[in-house]
Amino acid sequence: MKFLSEYRDADLAKKYLDEIHATVTQPWNIMEVCGGQTHSLVKNGIMDLLPKEVQMIHGPGCPVCVTPLHLIDKAIYLAEDENVILCSFGDMLRVPGSEKSLLQAKAAGADVRILYSPLEAVQIANDNPNKEVVFFAVGFETTAPANALSVDKAHDLGLTNFSILASQVLVPPAMEAVIEDEESKIDAFLAAGHVCTIMGMDEYYPLVTRYKIPMVVTGFEPVDLLQGILLTIQQLEKGEAILENQYSRVVKPEGNHKAQELLRKIFTISDREWRGIGTIPVSGLEVRPEYASFDANLKFNINIKKVEEPKECIAGLVLKGIKKPMECSQFGKKCTPQNPMGAPMVSSEGACAAYYHFSGAAETIV
Amino acid sequence: MKLHCPMPELDFDIITLGHGSGGLLTNKLLDSGVFHLFDNEYLQQRHDGAVLKLEGETAFTTDSFVISPIFFPDSNIGELAVNGTVNDLAMCGAIPQYLSLSFIIEEGLKMTEFWEILIGIKSAAEEANVQIVTGDTKVVEKGKGDKIFINTSGVGKIHKRAQISTHNVKAGDKIIVSDGIATHGVAIMSVREGLEFETAVKSDTRGLNHMVTELLDEFGEDIHVLKDPTRGGVATVLNEIARDRNLGIEISQKQLPIQNEVSALCEILGLDPLYVANEGIFIAVVDVQISEEVVTKLQRMDYGTNASIIGEVTESHPRQVVLTSSIGGKRIVNMLVGEQLPRIC
Repeated sequence: MKFLSEYRDADLAKKYLDEIHATVTQPWNIMEVCGGQTHSLVKNGIMDLLPKEVQMIHGPGCPVCVTPLHLIDKAIYLAEDENVILCSFGDMLRVPGSEKSLLQAKAAGADVRILYSPLEAVQIANDNPNKEVVFFAVGFETTAPANALSVDKAHDLGLTNFSILASQVLVPPAMEAVIEDEESKIDAFLAAGHVCTIMGMDEYYPLVTRYKIPMVVTGFEPVDLLQGILLTIQQLEKGEAILENQYSRVVKPEGNHKAQELLRKIFTISDREWRGIGTIPVSGLEVRPEYASFDANLKFNINIKKVEEPKECIAGLVLKGIKKPMECSQFGKKCTPQNPMGAPMVSSEGACAAYYHFSGAAETIV
Repeated sequence: MKLHCPMPELDFDIITLGHGSGGLLTNKLLDSGVFHLFDNEYLQQRHDGAVLKLEGETAFTTDSFVISPIFFPDSNIGELAVNGTVNDLAMCGAIPQYLSLSFIIEEGLKMTEFWEILIGIKSAAEEANVQIVTGDTKVVEKGKGDKIFINTSGVGKIHKRAQISTHNVKAGDKIIVSDGIATHGVAIMSVREGLEFETAVKSDTRGLNHMVTELLDEFGEDIHVLKDPTRGGVATVLNEIARDRNLGIEISQKQLPIQNEVSALCEILGLDPLYVANEGIFIAVVDVQISEEVVTKLQRMDYGTNASIIGEVTESHPRQVVLTSSIGGKRIVNMLVGEQLPRIC
């Protein structure tokens, strides 16, 4: 497949691997920020091919994993209202709430629909004027513009039965929180390619300068990842800390202006709770007061108790890269993809699930 | 689907509860063309069941079809219902002979749609050379079904040279896939509500029995296992074999045949083609001595042009399926947990 097979080319991958092996002289910890990158590293068996000095640490960039427990409970509460059609991206459905998942609520009769685009939810609202349609707007800067577009479109159509339950988070503040963490041992970052496609690269310069930490905006295919890793190692070995763009075929330094404008139009920046990590200042996007009627949080009187996370689950430490999934005492025992205790065991981008599926953990433990 | 048969003139255009009552309307529905379409000596008996003469070892299987949408590119649930059971019989090393056919219809199904499904059934049955010898029709209230559910059961005589059993699988055996993977699942996804791909991907549903018979004629007991990787895809079937035999399986990503369009849609939808359903391919575990010949033979057949040896059975890593990625990395290919859910980004 053109534009894809080139980035899965075995010869090119070998060339980068050889260079990585030739360049590295000491141990380095590199965090890939995005869950899509984690998934690709594991799926392509890249970590076993890297020199033992290079440790990949899996970052918090899994939208499903960082959506707070009480928000999932809210989505389930809304879905169980007979008058509500709850729309969601597919991989949110299996994430455990405090009592059940959206998938279990669906099986018990709730009208939960899996969509590929938030605009489909607007269409559903338009087609079902007697129902309230709520879109569970989860995601990073990558998906937020499409969520914004759905509010904009519903507003233009004059729909009064459409709203979003927003859990939108921003990457740079989370990276800063990860660096600031006392237990953090990260030497360099592979920044999330698709987030930068929208937002551009400007907001990463202050992080690189302030913390003197190398950063390479990186794509998702094996050759992308290997090139990104090589560039960070070259910086580390030279003692440099600059921002580089490996994913220049997609990421422009200024990002996507149209998408950014739309984000500013519909959303405002707020403090945000991250599941497993806690509240990070200015790390979320909320619906602006002008569009308050599209904010499901305000529209519905959602009366549920806030429940604590299960104590045995170390999802927070995994998301911050402090622990590897295999270091969790529950991994593959009480916590499996069939019966997940924490969100990273659910999503295909979650570090725990990636390890469970692709590393043979399932078989060695059973 | 090649057949075209005009629908007879009828005085009803939708199916109602009465058509499943067993009374006058049921007879009217059957007489409208069902009997005529599938006409054979067993149906002509118009009895409660078919009386068959079976000889020797016989395979018997059943399957229910609940697919949505019921029409998909180039095929429909009717054709699928025949091919599914035909293929299950073929995978046992049997030559499919007789099928039963039962409908559970949600009232309101258009007669034109039902007719198209019947044509699909007839077309697939003729291609597979099987007879529909008994059947049933029930109609349920609106909202209690999903347009139409079909069950088919079938019997077939075991091929005289067939010795199909997981027990025959041994280290060194080669694993062959008969054509491109993930085609059916992607064709269905591409027409599901809300996905508007202008795609050329057509379902690969087809009867595999003639291919299997030809292989068994020539290679007999050297074909150790045949499996059709329907739900759960290729990954699930390979895991089942590895676990059953307590042996390992190694496959190579580079050797996996997959159409370009199918591969592209899997990327867009965030699906792993190894877990996507197939309806027109099979996996054969064969003795290493004949593996190249089997592939060459398959590649000369209409439904096997992309046949490929994708890997082999090994004594290392028992019970695990290990894939070598396109760049040479290795990973475990696990069983699918639940259904594959589309990802956020």
